[in-house]
Amino acid sequence: MLWVDKYRPKTLDQAMVHQDIAQNLKKLVAEQDCPHLLFYGPSGSGKKTLIIALIRQIFGPSADKVKVENRTWKVDAGSRTIDIELTTLSSTNHIELNPSDAGFQDRYIVQEIIKEMAKNRPIDTKGKKGYKILVLNEVDKLSREAQHSLRRTMEKYSAYCRLILCCNSSSKVTEAIRSRCLNVRINAPTDEQIVKALEFIGKKEGLQLPSEFSARIAEKSNRSLRRAILSLETCRVQQYPFTSNQIIPSMDWEEYVSEIASDIMKEQSPKRLYLVRQKLYELLVNCIPPEIILKRLLFELLKKLDAELKHEVCHWAAYYEHRMRLGQKAIFHLEAFVAKFMSIYKAFLIAAFG
Amino acid sequence: MAPLVQSSQPWVEKYRPKQVKDVAQQDEVVRVLTNTLETSNCPHMLFYGPPGTGKTTTALAIAHQLFGPELYKSRVLELNASDDRGINVVRTKIKDFAAVAVGSGQRQGGYPCPPFKIIILDEADSMTEDAQNALRRTMETYSKVTRFFFICNYISRIIEPLASRCAKFRFKPLSEEIMITRVLHICQEEGLNLEPEVLSTLSSISQGDLRRAITYLQSATRLFGSSITSKDLISVSGVIPEEVIETFFAACRSGNFDLANKEVNNVIAEGYPVSQMFSQLFEIVVGANDISDEQKARICKKLGEADKRLVDGGDEYLQLLDVASSAMRAICNMQEDFS
Ligand SMILES: Nc1ncnc2c1ncn2[C@@H]1O[C@H](COP(=O)(O)OP(=O)(O)OP(=O)(O)O)[C@@H](O)[C@H]1O
Ligand SMILES: Nc1ncnc2c1ncn2[C@@H]1O[C@H](COP(=O)(O)OP(=O)(O)OP(=O)(O)O)[C@@H](O)[C@H]1O
Ligand SMILES: [Mg+2]
Ligand SMILES: [Mg+2]
Repeated sequence: MLWVDKYRPKTLDQAMVHQDIAQNLKKLVAEQDCPHLLFYGPSGSGKKTLIIALIRQIFGPSADKVKVENRTWKVDAGSRTIDIELTTLSSTNHIELNPSDAGFQDRYIVQEIIKEMAKNRPIDTKGKKGYKILVLNEVDKLSREAQHSLRRTMEKYSAYCRLILCCNSSSKVTEAIRSRCLNVRINAPTDEQIVKALEFIGKKEGLQLPSEFSARIAEKSNRSLRRAILSLETCRVQQYPFTSNQIIPSMDWEEYVSEIASDIMKEQSPKRLYLVRQKLYELLVNCIPPEIILKRLLFELLKKLDAELKHEVCHWAAYYEHRMRLGQKAIFHLEAFVAKFMSIYKAFLIAAFG
Repeated sequence: MAPLVQSSQPWVEKYRPKQVKDVAQQDEVVRVLTNTLETSNCPHMLFYGPPGTGKTTTALAIAHQLFGPELYKSRVLELNASDDRGINVVRTKIKDFAAVAVGSGQRQGGYPCPPFKIIILDEADSMTEDAQNALRRTMETYSKVTRFFFICNYISRIIEPLASRCAKFRFKPLSEEIMITRVLHICQEEGLNLEPEVLSTLSSISQGDLRRAITYLQSATRLFGSSITSKDLISVSGVIPEEVIETFFAACRSGNFDLANKEVNNVIAEGYPVSQMFSQLFEIVVGANDISDEQKARICKKLGEADKRLVDGGDEYLQLLDVASSAMRAICNMQEDFS
């Protein structure tokens, strides 16, 4: 088992970071009338960990017995029935799923599952809660329609079914949904907190962990606890005993984007654009989300630029990322950004050096 | 409802008024509907207004009060955005429901039971225009035996021919005074004691949305016990602390791009919603007395653009960075537009 999973705290009391939030969540579910919850915060900050621990807090150890299933829903879409397949993770008292995986049919999933849960309401035997929990991941990726269809359902079935929504950017969740939940912000852990978590794992694994080294890992992790733990494990495989200045490997795709940035800075020409285009394709084919590519590219370019150009470049990055959202083919917009950058940079070079 | 269900419901549901007369603030619609209870007649209705102002509550209450629990199922059809409401459903389901005849208007079990059916279309603004058009005919055909209640946040999304067939009621955001009265009622039931200053904080962070106010109140009670302070409420509400906005804006003023970029990264890592950041930044920009109107206008123009892009699904980091850069350029009198 990877360390990220092995050392994921199982209960709210074991949380290494976000202890205050964990304690608050405990109080929140002490009574049976807890509101719907919306967890939001950056990737790798610990949302899922808290959610799992919270479910365990409510239902006890039975929540640990989860089964993964590929389920098919038959939904009645007006004139015809359609089959939608989705992976679910469930225990006796909760179901977890990624409705946005159903693409533009996400709406039907949201509609069906809650009604279905309401029908199979658990009987309130001794010690069991009278409601089930539905965890919906990536709600920021849900279509508008799916979000709309959640609104009234959340109210109507609230006695039977409590929702825990999880997402990265809560700005993309409609006002109406946010107004129906208690919003719980999970901030990315600070470098110090990450170091503490790394030291904890180091101790459990019986490792000698130089403090400068753990500090470097934390700094390089960009405040993502998951990333820091993954790095630590990779480093452990590559070289042990640790030394303070040992190399912390970057991710392949990041190296690749950094290369692209150098390519662009070195030459601004249609030929170079063509080369870069192929590299961008390569990244997309490997399922790196286009906005992540664009942000990383911007990051690399900003490192190399004069202050006066930085404004202009970030302006265009924001512009093309937005166009990418509205459009269909990400590659067009990534390429447009690169072309724009080349023309700005070339003009700058000519003005500066003739 | 069984007591078990009651106790396991969040406060928002527990304190949803069951009778029209208990709906706060919306006097006009309450008056019309009270009249309906006496005369047993009403026009088609259209309720519109922001979230948490009582639209759904009012529609459900009047339906229950007119028909009582016995007849409710056969006389009231509630369709919301979670039901499929494509043209087909409108054509068949609503027609089937409307077409079954109702008995003459006889009071039953103490309820008026007027001789028509009610069809509640909640969240009607998410219906397609085609489906809305299909409704026009249905409404006319069965106008004697049905009353439609349309509910929506945005009246502009309801096609004119439908809207013009209805009596329209705008549900206003709850005023501070009325919100406090309602909150006090809940406090009394739950045995809470809130200072006047805390009540007014609650009202101001909820911005006229009573549902939100009740959720904050319940959350704060669970987390901090029965003596709640303004700070507790702010911490559950998701309002961004003033210092964060100030630091961010100071970085924009500094003229140092890298510093601003660092602050942007920080805001994102802390997980503050950028849309919320924009609204609070807007207040600060407008209130600042050391930057000119023209500079303010430049920043606000950008805020508007970035907000729209967020709604379209744009990336939070990039949009906030763009705003930071624009604000910096406005304040430091640097180039405004790029082409
Ligand atoms: N409170 C915690 N204490 C100790 N370790 C934690 C804690 N929260 C998270 N972790 C570690 O960090 C890893 C990532 O956390 P988690 O999967 O909860 O992130 P997430 O916020 O759901 O991320 P994403 O948005 O990318 O899904 C976990 O596998 C776990 O090892
Ligand atoms: N005018 C009001 N009087 C009393 N309680 C109210 C009022 N408005 C809202 N509430 C409270 O807020 C909750 C939500 O109200 P309701 O469902 O009627 O909102 P809505 O206007 O339909 O909002 P949305 O547009 O989001 O559907 C109710 O359960 C009730 O507790
Ligand atoms: Mg996760
Ligand atoms: Mg409503």
